[in-house]
Amino acid sequence: MRIVLYIWRQPHRDAPGRMVRYEVAKVNPDMSFLEMLDVLNEELMNRGEDPVAFDHDCREGICGSCGFMINGVAHGPLPGTTVCQLHMRHFRDGDVLYLEPWRARAFPVIKDLVVDRSAFDRIIAAGGYISVNTGSAPDGNAILIPKEIAERAMDAAACIGCGACVAACPNASASLFVGAKIAHLGLLPQGQPERYRRALNMVAQMTQEGFGSCTNIGACEAVCPKNIKLEVIARMNRDFLVASWRARREARVEGFG
Amino acid sequence: MELNARLPSGPIEQRWDRCRFEMKLVAPANRRKYTILVVGTGLAGASASASLGELGYNVRTFCFQDSPRRAHSIAAQGGINAAKNYQNDGDSVFRLFYDTLKGGDFRARESNVYRLAQISLNIIDQCVAQGVPFAREYGGTLANRSFGGALVSRTFYARGQTGQQLLLGAYQAMMRQVAAGRVTLFPRTEMLDLIVVDGRARGIVTRNLVTGEITAHLGDAVVLASGGYGNVFYLATYAKGSNCTAIWRSYKRGAGFANPCFTQIHPTCIPVTGDYQSKLTLMSESLRNDGRIWVPKKPGDKRPPNEIPEEERDYYLERMYPSYGNLAPRDIASRAAKRVCDEGRGVGETGLGVYLDFSDAIRRLGRKVIEERYGNLFEMYQRITGEDPYTVPMRIYPATHYTMGGLWVDYHLMSTIPGLFVAGEANFSDHGANRLGASALMQGLADGYFIIPYTVGDYLAGTKLDKVSEDHPACREAIDNVRCITKRLLSIKGKRTVDSFHRELGRILWEYCGMSRNATGLKTALARIPELREEFWRNVNVLGTNEEFNQCLEKAGRVADFLELAELMCLDALERNESCGGHFREEYQTPDGEALRDDANYAHVAVWEYQGEGRRPLRHTEPLTFEYVLPTVRSYK
Repeated sequence: MRIVLYIWRQPHRDAPGRMVRYEVAKVNPDMSFLEMLDVLNEELMNRGEDPVAFDHDCREGICGSCGFMINGVAHGPLPGTTVCQLHMRHFRDGDVLYLEPWRARAFPVIKDLVVDRSAFDRIIAAGGYISVNTGSAPDGNAILIPKEIAERAMDAAACIGCGACVAACPNASASLFVGAKIAHLGLLPQGQPERYRRALNMVAQMTQEGFGSCTNIGACEAVCPKNIKLEVIARMNRDFLVASWRARREARVEGFG
Repeated sequence: MELNARLPSGPIEQRWDRCRFEMKLVAPANRRKYTILVVGTGLAGASASASLGELGYNVRTFCFQDSPRRAHSIAAQGGINAAKNYQNDGDSVFRLFYDTLKGGDFRARESNVYRLAQISLNIIDQCVAQGVPFAREYGGTLANRSFGGALVSRTFYARGQTGQQLLLGAYQAMMRQVAAGRVTLFPRTEMLDLIVVDGRARGIVTRNLVTGEITAHLGDAVVLASGGYGNVFYLATYAKGSNCTAIWRSYKRGAGFANPCFTQIHPTCIPVTGDYQSKLTLMSESLRNDGRIWVPKKPGDKRPPNEIPEEERDYYLERMYPSYGNLAPRDIASRAAKRVCDEGRGVGETGLGVYLDFSDAIRRLGRKVIEERYGNLFEMYQRITGEDPYTVPMRIYPATHYTMGGLWVDYHLMSTIPGLFVAGEANFSDHGANRLGASALMQGLADGYFIIPYTVGDYLAGTKLDKVSEDHPACREAIDNVRCITKRLLSIKGKRTVDSFHRELGRILWEYCGMSRNATGLKTALARIPELREEFWRNVNVLGTNEEFNQCLEKAGRVADFLELAELMCLDALERNESCGGHFREEYQTPDGEALRDDANYAHVAVWEYQGEGRRPLRHTEPLTFEYVLPTVRSYK
């Protein structure tokens, strides 16, 4: 197979970037997309040219490192799949593909296809946890959790934090990512004590990082490699609303006190 | 090199308790005065950072990934062991201890393994409290499944993503400490040297992977949780970035390296398809609960699997190991697969593969149950191979998966350099010569949540440390060393890419120091590796500069270290004249091809001491004594 690639090249954060044309002549259909880029990079290095930078690590679709746009679609054409698990058998000989980094104000480009996603870490730090110090836990079976609840929590917890949802969203909203964590922890009995405070703080951090708002377009769900459902956003909104209302009421009560 | 393992005495059940009681404590108000540097954010690093932060220490945590949540613990699929005995099937702390010690072919310390089994109970509780969504029964209790090398059901799991969920639990606990200001994170930052002042670990030198800035970070203790070194084989189930640099450069600063030849080859991985292959993907051991492994009885049988009648199939694990069957431990299952392939009975285009067949299980339980148990693994298989495992048996072959060897540590997880602690896969401690399935997650979290927080405190409380500044000669020397390596790599401007060297090194090791080894092969490897290393330093092509985001330079530094470590692995394999666990020396086997241990001469840990470039390292030994489980022939028949 022969594949033509137009790849976004940008030397560093503050430099201008541009699309550059490359051709990979001998693509094996069993290769993963990243292995094809490896082959391209070997060729580039042998010619003394700067290889294309892209983030990747586990190459099993679980670490969330990899990801870029292929012809305008985050992680490419195969649903529920990260680029590292996308194999070339899904493309045709002679295909022309445009590769671009995630585009969002909150994800500045570091180089080529590599972006800075540290905003996600800061959102988790704002409240994406259950506050329990090491050593203070009761027996595992002391907390009974119905199977359906555990399964739903797991569906949301499957998020790998890759950022495809943000890249696909016309508003560059991180709601699917934030909603997934709020749903995961908020569904479980252990997550109840901090449920509303968590929603308030995480949403506030998301806004502060410069992510846009959710307008229910659903592009995030369509590209999510882990099939996280839009309902997590509904849950986030509900928890956020309840939390805001409670916060106002508490402020009023304190005001009178 | 003095190897004092500081093993507690007394009845084994009380040793850890006693050791904890005898430890010195740091007063709560004084803890923030101490700075602890943690390298790596996998299960061990993240859980240690979180727990040390909770105690009030000032923690600085480093990882080369863009986010700590991406460390390779995330990819562990199957589960985590704990001796809860929730299934009422006869499990106990002692049985988990026994299984782990026997599974490791009696090459681990009794005291360490017993402690691990004890702590396994607390880990599950801690993770549940953090909100890890473990699989549940309809009644709401925790579910279990079986793993290799055990006859009880003690493995807790979250679908096929147990590592991910445990890591996110630890990561979130750590991020809570980041928000509290007790942990400072340094992502996209790689440790390139260890700073040793007056014989104690006092800091690390790092390179910022975005800007190239080289920095010295100083502190009162260093915890390495940088993972295993299996990527030395190039093709492995590790993440592409996993490397040995942190532990290797610490070895070169005086930390002993224990049992480097003990590597685990996992039996169920997706076979290699071509030269471009960049990594191998594991298929969880949990699949062996329901999948049956077989090859055709006739060599060279090229019929499609569904056309091979039952009586012409050889379910070789069930035949050779009737009591454990398909759940034989990893080293044994891998060797058996190699053997049937060597006999010409392997399947697939390359002949390097065996079938893992679910048709019986689907008939017995229905497709839906199998989907529920292994759905995501089946999908992953289909995505990679383009074949549907519900209708065509999976093809699998062994691949490098874990390293039991690592930096030597005492019972306190401290290396031979005082103040340098090593946790998780980076140390050598608990798995002996072979690790059982679902034990890596257990060890990583045991070290990070429940051992390091105590032992580091004991070290700090009992040690008087002078203030060190960045102009200390040791500090400047370490920074110069890093700059010098970087400069040298960038100035070679040779003809071959870094990957081409790495691939060639991997082929040498797989051939001569892989699933089975012999003296002649190891000597060949010991001649070829230095030649390859010499060519690397003459002919490698590293493009770009230091002062930029340069993935080529990152890789070059890591491969340079692999080229040195590989030699030590072969040396260790050559010196260990016995077969045990994953270390199978062809000269030492029973008439029916099982590993033949030599307890009289090799019931010890081999610890290597660096002697300088070009000089043969010294081999020391720490004898292993067994009071509770006497070494026997490890039989799974």
